[in-house]
Amino acid sequence: MAEQAIVDKEALLAELLASINQHKFAPDVAHVEIHGNQVLSRHLVEGLIVEAETIEDGVKVHIRVKKGITLKNPVNFCFGLIPDNGVQRIIIDTVIGEGAHAKFIANCTFPNAVNIQHLMNATITVERGASLSYFERHVHGPNGGVTIVPVTKVFVAEDARFSTEFELIKGAAGVIELDYGAEVEKNATVDMMTRVFGREEDRIHIKEAAHLSGEGSTGVLTSHIALKNRASATIENELIADAPYARGHVDCKEIVQDDARARAIPVVQVNDHLAHVTHEAAIGSVDSKQLETLLSRGLTEDEATDLIIQGLLS
Amino acid sequence: MNLLEIKNLSLFKEGRPILNSLSMDIWEGHVHAIIGPNGAGKSTLANTIMGLSGYRDFEGDIFFEGKSIKSLSVDERARKGITLLFQEPARFEGLGVSQFILAGAEDKSRAIVEDALQRAGLPPEKYMARAVDKTLSGGERKRIELASIYAMKPRLVLMDEPDSGVDIDSVKYIFSVIRELRHMGSTVILITHSPEVLKHADHAFLICAGTLVDKGEMSRMFDYFNGKCVPCVHVGQPTVDAAVQPLTAN
Repeated sequence: MAEQAIVDKEALLAELLASINQHKFAPDVAHVEIHGNQVLSRHLVEGLIVEAETIEDGVKVHIRVKKGITLKNPVNFCFGLIPDNGVQRIIIDTVIGEGAHAKFIANCTFPNAVNIQHLMNATITVERGASLSYFERHVHGPNGGVTIVPVTKVFVAEDARFSTEFELIKGAAGVIELDYGAEVEKNATVDMMTRVFGREEDRIHIKEAAHLSGEGSTGVLTSHIALKNRASATIENELIADAPYARGHVDCKEIVQDDARARAIPVVQVNDHLAHVTHEAAIGSVDSKQLETLLSRGLTEDEATDLIIQGLLS
Repeated sequence: MNLLEIKNLSLFKEGRPILNSLSMDIWEGHVHAIIGPNGAGKSTLANTIMGLSGYRDFEGDIFFEGKSIKSLSVDERARKGITLLFQEPARFEGLGVSQFILAGAEDKSRAIVEDALQRAGLPPEKYMARAVDKTLSGGERKRIELASIYAMKPRLVLMDEPDSGVDIDSVKYIFSVIRELRHMGSTVILITHSPEVLKHADHAFLICAGTLVDKGEMSRMFDYFNGKCVPCVHVGQPTVDAAVQPLTAN
């Protein structure tokens, strides 16, 4: 019985990694694999602590990169569900210790989804002088059937840096309710980017917010969304600058095709006369000059549009 | 032999004639120039030949290799071998230089990208991994446009102000590509005011207020252009006839 469980676990792990086209990690690469609410595998490196416990309706994960440590390789996380239905609820608390530097890559995979919920509540603290680069890629099947609700609160301390990138380009998005918020202290930097391709009946709601509360803090919020068929998206970017010399920029671009619908709600607010925040938003069909340039190279309209969208989402 | 024939081409914008019964023969394998003062209709003519949006509704006809292309879309014309170097090239966020250059190229190899970039004076190792976006200067963007056209190996290239936005040191690469295109057998139409660019043409058409005023061998046309058209004495005159008459009388 116990042997069978091990075999099943290994088979599940292999299937999970195969779905993101990943098979083997080098010994000096840290990785953690979570299927549903179960930690399947974990391999750590010096300076990185990952503790996980299964709770009644999910899994709790504590991640800490020790003070002053620079992780040589990105830490790979794989979250997913192989069956076509179920709930994955992950509560993550991440601390990047003072002066530490790390990169995380998270692959979230739901290749067979029909009715799956992926719920994530994350708290990320990047301590003084530390940095974290977090890249989250979603790999979905062609049928949608996934509801993604990632809620992340980030605290970026003095002189620290945090960048995040959320990518959902392959497969149907399903329903996305993404909510990222960051508190940015003195001379700290936050950079948030979202790239999503919505198709069919996908419903996408992105909220990115940063509060530039420290002097000299900076923030960039970027959303690049492409929509086709009957997909719809609402993008809320909120950047509030409260301190002298805080600098920020909001960039929202949405390409809309077919019967898709898009809405952008940029909020920029400056509460200190020495701060400066800018925003740009462009929603609509493919830019006509870009299109005509590619048409004049012999691409069809569909080929040209695909290439422009591919660029926007790259 | 004529590669392109323009027959009695007239184009109106908001009831105003922009091109007025233009007829031109473009000989295959030659470098032609279209010269004329600002607002003469030179770029409009290039856009009309390419079939861009807003330039499709015209009187007269355009023949490419003896067949009318009036009803063809931009991409259909491009697949026949016609292309346009835009005066102000578009920028593409996230689209790689290699992808852009290969978009119109039949040969999709890395070698063609490297060759095209080198011809345009852009070191491939520095540019292949970059995006065709706002991080490029105007001159760099223009030369990447030129590289993409070179990689396409077109039959007919319309070049709208090919040297605009390009620094003096880099202009030589523009001329080098023009020479190479001609060497490959491409026909080139240069739309320009620049005496340096005009030197690379062997035949020119002078247009003013949308009307063909004169045509002929480059050196004669260049002297004429410099002596009679700059500055243009006809700017602001109300009618095409009034604009053209004094020049043709000379």
